[in-house]
Amino acid sequence: MNTLVGNNPLGRNMYWLVKREFWEHRGGFLWAPLITGAVFLVLNLMGIVTAEVVGARHGIHFGASGQMQHVISQMDAGDMSHVGMALDIAMYSSMALIFVVMGFVVFFYCLGAIYDERRDRSILFWKSLPLSDSQTVLSKVASATLVAPIIATLAGIAAGILQLLMVAVTLSFHGVNVWQLLLLAHPLRVMLNMIGHIPLYLLWALPSVGWLMVCSAWARTKPFLWAIALPVATGLLVTWFGIMGLFNLSAGWFWQNIVARALFSAFPGASLVAGDDLVHTGKDNLDFMNLSNTYHLLGSANLWIGVLVGAGLIAAAIWFRRWRDDA
Amino acid sequence: MSAIVTARNLSKRYKNTTALDGVNFQIQSGRIVGLIGPNGAGKTTALKAILGLTSFEGELNVLGFDPRTQRDKLMEQVCFIADVAVLPRWIRVREAIDFVAHVHPRFDRAKCEAFLKRTKLTPDQRVRQMSKGMIVQLHLALVMAIDARLLVLDEPTLGLDILYRKQFYQSLLEDYFDENKTIIVTTHQVEEIEHILTDLMFIRDGKIVLDTDMDAVGDRFAEVMVSADKASAARALQPIDERQVFGKSIFLFDGADRMTLEGLGEIRRPSVSDLFVATMKGTYA
Repeated sequence: MNTLVGNNPLGRNMYWLVKREFWEHRGGFLWAPLITGAVFLVLNLMGIVTAEVVGARHGIHFGASGQMQHVISQMDAGDMSHVGMALDIAMYSSMALIFVVMGFVVFFYCLGAIYDERRDRSILFWKSLPLSDSQTVLSKVASATLVAPIIATLAGIAAGILQLLMVAVTLSFHGVNVWQLLLLAHPLRVMLNMIGHIPLYLLWALPSVGWLMVCSAWARTKPFLWAIALPVATGLLVTWFGIMGLFNLSAGWFWQNIVARALFSAFPGASLVAGDDLVHTGKDNLDFMNLSNTYHLLGSANLWIGVLVGAGLIAAAIWFRRWRDDA
Repeated sequence: MSAIVTARNLSKRYKNTTALDGVNFQIQSGRIVGLIGPNGAGKTTALKAILGLTSFEGELNVLGFDPRTQRDKLMEQVCFIADVAVLPRWIRVREAIDFVAHVHPRFDRAKCEAFLKRTKLTPDQRVRQMSKGMIVQLHLALVMAIDARLLVLDEPTLGLDILYRKQFYQSLLEDYFDENKTIIVTTHQVEEIEHILTDLMFIRDGKIVLDTDMDAVGDRFAEVMVSADKASAARALQPIDERQVFGKSIFLFDGADRMTLEGLGEIRRPSVSDLFVATMKGTYA
């Protein structure tokens, strides 16, 4: 690490600030995804065991005499791709739960990031060190948008591979060739898609991270309520009075592009849902998860306006941390 | 001697109160300054302004920096221990040392560890498992290992038992303070720091009402124990305070003639707390 951070004081401070965030939030950033993955795998294992036991008791020995292998050998290319897709889905699904958990972790991390240190007055200690408010707040943004998703992705990949092996080994008990099955799946592509999605996640999450951190830096009490209540109340007013009509837009536009972006953009995969043209690639497969598809988002105004708004909100959070004087 | 802190016309207003009201003062290098005042007099606001933790009007120069805009630079040379334990509760001793060692260019790790060896703290201990006294020990160990030019202490021993309090100031004097360092301290336990102060500043209602060095205190103020028959003569000299002990009156004089006072009775140098009480009379009335 020393070569990486070197003697450049800015890099060194950043590294240690992020490390300090990790120390404080080890539970959310590290243990939450690991435990979620472990629980998911254990539940799956129990499900498989139960199925096997129930199957054996009722004398259903499917595939025991090589029938399953026979079925596969009879498949054409289209059927094969469906088996591959099923395996890929198994892999994605084990990651999905981890990412949902990570979304909650990041949401509450951002809400507490600046509020908690004001509440327990430890901000007085952090401010007694030669670290600027910009560095500190940016280290928190980096923790939310890089550290958390990188750890969650690695945990997700590990869980995904274990899940894939579990399914493959189970099927192999029924006479299916494990290696042939694994060749039908695309674990490398799934991994690449997940890792490649991290930069997109960062950009997409910025407005939400910024909004939550502004609330965290600004609210005297109950940042959670402010963070939720302000956008929702605005949304209700907009809906009631039909304000968006002035811009030839529906109230739904406001909910989707302002309220949801402020609150839910830090949940992984939110960009897939929001850019709904992306989900419907028109084909009945998982291609919409591929980077060649997801990176179309880089061409959308929604993303870049969000990035700009997010940067503005983060600047506001820095300003509030600098001048909010209530510790 | 060079000025470490220079304040000119320093003011700070909150919504309906004035915390600092056009304050002027200078703090020289190598001094230990006691900033003493009743609750709500503006002590903490003054310290916060010096540390760049709050906005203010007027001019304030700390080590050549403007604390409003250059707090991060300033903090390389200024250390700060706030009234109650402000170390984050989740942090471990080892993590706190690691962190400060890497972000503070003037931190001496060996010094910090040597100081901690003399305490019961262990590297894996978390702040939330420590008593208040231990937290202050850790904070002091971190601060004393930093070669800073100005140390600001805001009620550093509040809530500590007497053993910790004595040890705190003793460590500061023996292992930390030298002629290149300056300490500003506020506390209500005036008796405990009286003997270590070199300068005294009284603050009341946002104004500095007394700013002097300790030698001058002995020259300017005098406490005289006067028997009942001479009490009216003493009162004629306009003492700033009078109290009764064992049938005798103790008068406190500001700038009265020594020779005259000697004729009245035994002269002593007043304690800072007596001086404080006399100066602040009527604050809460």
